[in-house]
Amino acid sequence: MLTVNRYKCCYCGACVGVCPTCALELVETWLEVSAECKECGLCAKICPVGALEVRA
Amino acid sequence: MKCDLVVVGGGPGGSMAAKTAAAAGLDVVMLEKRQEIGDPVRCAEGVSKRSLCKMVKLEPEWISSEVKGARLYAPDGKSIVMSEDKSGGEVGYVLERKVFDRGLAMLAAQAGARIMVKTRALSLLKKDGSICGVSAMRIGEPLQIEAPLVIGADGVESKVGRWAGIDTTLKLDDIESCAQFLVQDASIDDDYTEFFLGNSIAPSGYAWSFPKGEKLANIGLGMQGSRSKPGEAVRLLRQFMKSRFPNGRVVEMVVGGDPCSGPIDSAIADGVMLVGDAAHQTDPLTGGGILNAMQAGAIAGEVAAKAISEGDVSRKGLQEYETRWRADIGKTIARSFQLKEFFVKLTDKDINQLIGSLAKEDISKMDLGAMLRILFRLNPKLLWSLKSLII
Ligand SMILES: Cc1cc2nc3c(=O)[nH]c(=O)nc-3n(C[C@H](O)[C@H](O)[C@H](O)COP(=O)(O)OP(=O)(O)OC[C@H]3O[C@@H](n4cnc5c(N)ncnc54)[C@H](O)[C@@H]3O)c2cc1C
Ligand code: SF4
Ligand code: SF4
Repeated sequence: MLTVNRYKCCYCGACVGVCPTCALELVETWLEVSAECKECGLCAKICPVGALEVRA
Repeated sequence: MKCDLVVVGGGPGGSMAAKTAAAAGLDVVMLEKRQEIGDPVRCAEGVSKRSLCKMVKLEPEWISSEVKGARLYAPDGKSIVMSEDKSGGEVGYVLERKVFDRGLAMLAAQAGARIMVKTRALSLLKKDGSICGVSAMRIGEPLQIEAPLVIGADGVESKVGRWAGIDTTLKLDDIESCAQFLVQDASIDDDYTEFFLGNSIAPSGYAWSFPKGEKLANIGLGMQGSRSKPGEAVRLLRQFMKSRFPNGRVVEMVVGGDPCSGPIDSAIADGVMLVGDAAHQTDPLTGGGILNAMQAGAIAGEVAAKAISEGDVSRKGLQEYETRWRADIGKTIARSFQLKEFFVKLTDKDINQLIGSLAKEDISKMDLGAMLRILFRLNPKLLWSLKSLII
């Protein structure tokens, strides 16, 4: 499962731009993850602050 | 609700598109999902003075400071200075984007565009397979806007293209992961933008200091996405601050992604045009995207007015936008992409050699092209594969 650490997220949208399945949506300061996520981890890799993590 | 054109996104690209189309007589609605246009900033705010002045009448409060030139540091600490004030022209401004972006939106409003903030586009409306508007959420309430034409100016996180069948998903090689602090520090050079190269500073990228006056500067770095790992950009920036600006006081934090893919295959679809970061129109070498977004926005606004008046918003009717942006900003973007692809592979030793080779040259009055030619003359072996681009 992809987890968002909302205390870390700086709502920049970089993760949204790289997600191959359009699973992420930034609603102002709130990052939503949809069921389309296939846990590829690309978004976690790009996140400048490390707010995303794919957990088993 | 009905109109001629919906612009999705109220950044520099969207505002210029809305302003231009509204001034040409279209009924324009611009949607911005944030409640405050321009905030939070995701930018180092540097632009060329000359190019900006060509596009809009400047308001003094848009500008934080004017710089005299740029200083480039090699990994070994040696530096060179480019474009001193004596050379005229290519000096730069460091903007105050919170004020600048809002100012551009005001220009769009003055030209007649309706602007809706806290209004997020959710999808494109389609009828018989053709696009006929945008479905949105406005302050928590659903809103449908019928329009034959949509401009996607929705930035790095763009979805308008993907909804219209243009795949704008950024590969990790094609995006820079960036972090930046607004820093107060006595050692900041108020007169020069500074660039710090080196794979241990910013892998396949660079760190920067863009002064905003009175010892305040945007100090940040961008690294290639494929070399990033979770939290790496912020970690590297902290490390850079410690070594270069140990006494700096951080008063703001910015992070973001900057496209560097080079020109995309297509920025149009039936009923849709993409501008700015949404169309990956940032300069892949420098990461600068403000002026390109504005220029593309202005072209798209003109083409929108023409297409609507001629009643043809199909791909064919919008082809003029594609042709014009490619002939204009597209050429530089393509060239910068090839240069970037070369420079990201350089080792620190190579970069030291290149910058070191310029030590005895007077490059203070040169632009990038002239400097590359000198570099080529001095380092033919290292730069041989760039021959066709430089000469
Ligand atoms: C760290 C960093 C430093 C940079 N430094 C520089 C620099 O020094 N100089 C330079 O020229 N460029 C710089 N850039 C690039 C520059 O910021 C962008 O190229 C520029 O902002 C692009 O403008 P735009 O109008 O295309 O998109 P943006 O300015 O990103 O605007 C897009 C807007 O669309 C809105 N939006 C998105 N989705 C929706 C939706 N579904 N509905 C409604 N609204 C939506 C967003 O909220 C946003 O306001 C930098 C980028 C980064 C990340
Ligand atoms: S990349 Fe990271 S900081 Fe930016 S919006 Fe995504 S989770 Fe938040
Ligand atoms: S893990 Fe992959 S699929 Fe899931 S949100 Fe992140 S980038 Fe998208």
